[in-house]
Amino acid sequence: MGKTTTSAAFAAGLALRGHKTVVIDFDVGLRNLDLVMGCERRVVFDFINVINGDATLNQALIRDKRIDSLYIFPTSQTRDKEALKREGVDWVMRELRNDFEYVICDSPAGIEHGALTALYHADAAIIVTNPEVSSVRDSDRIIGILAARSRRAEKRESPVEEHLLLTRYSPERVKKGEMLSVDDVKEILSLPLLGIIPESPTVLRASNTGIPVILDAESPAGRAYEDAVARFVGEQREMRFSLPERRSFLRGWFGRAAT
Amino acid sequence: MTATTASRVQGGIFTLMVVRIADPYDPALGRELEEQVALSPGFFADAPVVLDLRDCPGCMSADDFTALRQLLRRCRLTPVGVQNASAMQLRAAKAVDLAAVKGTQAKSPRRAAPPESAPRPQVVTQPVRSGAQIYVRGGDLVVVAPVSAGAELIADGHIHVYGALRGRAIAGAAGDRDARIFAQRFEAELVSIAGRYLVNDAIAPEHLGGAAQVALIDDRLAILPGWSKG
Repeated sequence: MGKTTTSAAFAAGLALRGHKTVVIDFDVGLRNLDLVMGCERRVVFDFINVINGDATLNQALIRDKRIDSLYIFPTSQTRDKEALKREGVDWVMRELRNDFEYVICDSPAGIEHGALTALYHADAAIIVTNPEVSSVRDSDRIIGILAARSRRAEKRESPVEEHLLLTRYSPERVKKGEMLSVDDVKEILSLPLLGIIPESPTVLRASNTGIPVILDAESPAGRAYEDAVARFVGEQREMRFSLPERRSFLRGWFGRAAT
Repeated sequence: MTATTASRVQGGIFTLMVVRIADPYDPALGRELEEQVALSPGFFADAPVVLDLRDCPGCMSADDFTALRQLLRRCRLTPVGVQNASAMQLRAAKAVDLAAVKGTQAKSPRRAAPPESAPRPQVVTQPVRSGAQIYVRGGDLVVVAPVSAGAELIADGHIHVYGALRGRAIAGAAGDRDARIFAQRFEAELVSIAGRYLVNDAIAPEHLGGAAQVALIDDRLAILPGWSKG
């Protein structure tokens, strides 16, 4: 669906802009953030080790080799989500807030303990949705849960900033009526759209090679993520990738080689 | 003389649902109750109910009430009292700790109760998301936002949605047959008034997608055109 890909892309995108960023894997037992970030061979200590006091935060944090201000906080593969104890997570989040400008929490799927723990501390949330009915319904549910079960909701502080990110979008399939359109999704979810990430084989390549797709200069998905990160920090960017690609006359003649 | 401590027993106003009992041993009773509860389990869960015995010739022994209580417990309903009961029925009810409740249509004449001021409708302005449930006891519900599929609106009075209604709307939840449902864009999964219900599948397509009213007419749910523009 795109949560981990998005977490990786956003973390990389923010760090590239000079913000000290950490991305945390909350999917205990099914970890894959380390794979997508390409640091799976450097994991020594993890989130659960830190919660249990077996390691310090600094021992567990992995510095990204490519981007200076980017850190990864992996999770355990051998434990499960019950290991995410509330006080431990609270403590970790407080420490990370002090050291980092952005703390990205990669949430597991579902609405059980793992996901609830991941969303609890959010100041902002990016709801990743595919343009098809069951994904949209699930996202709607999550938005409702965010509004009710986050720390900000509990303490009656100002609400979590909600953003919608539409991923795996294919304008051609929308035209054929096989997929919901941007307008359909916006109407059902009533949320501002942060970005449209087009369906692209580069995404699969990125996760298989452990290079966040935003670092792939040729990838339309990468460029779309870059736009989304820009909008997130307040820049205005025109929404691309929502219409079927129009092949220009010249391109049709000479093919890609000419560009 | 002024009270310096709060009184232990204070006034309270509650809206309670009423279950009409004709024959406590009727096999259809349990089934019908279960069906109605299944429509909206969160709403009915452990709800206190009053047993209306005006149509019941029986229920004269404590055993009858115990059996009824067990049947209701299976549907997660808790009987707390009886209304419109004869003297013998009342005696049996009290033996199993059911209170005599003053009903609104009692057999014996009584002084008219002072009119209650109509409660203000509750207004919701944020989208009602899938899985959310809103219940307005004793009043109307007004939603000025879309209601997603998978959301539930429940009110003892009317339900108005000035937006798209894609979820469930259950009006007249305490039995008010005059309650109505109004939607600017009617696409509800299920509508119900005073216990009668209609699922989306059973609604003619011409009623869906635009403004509509739902009302209970001759004991059946009818979809009326919304309202004329201008």
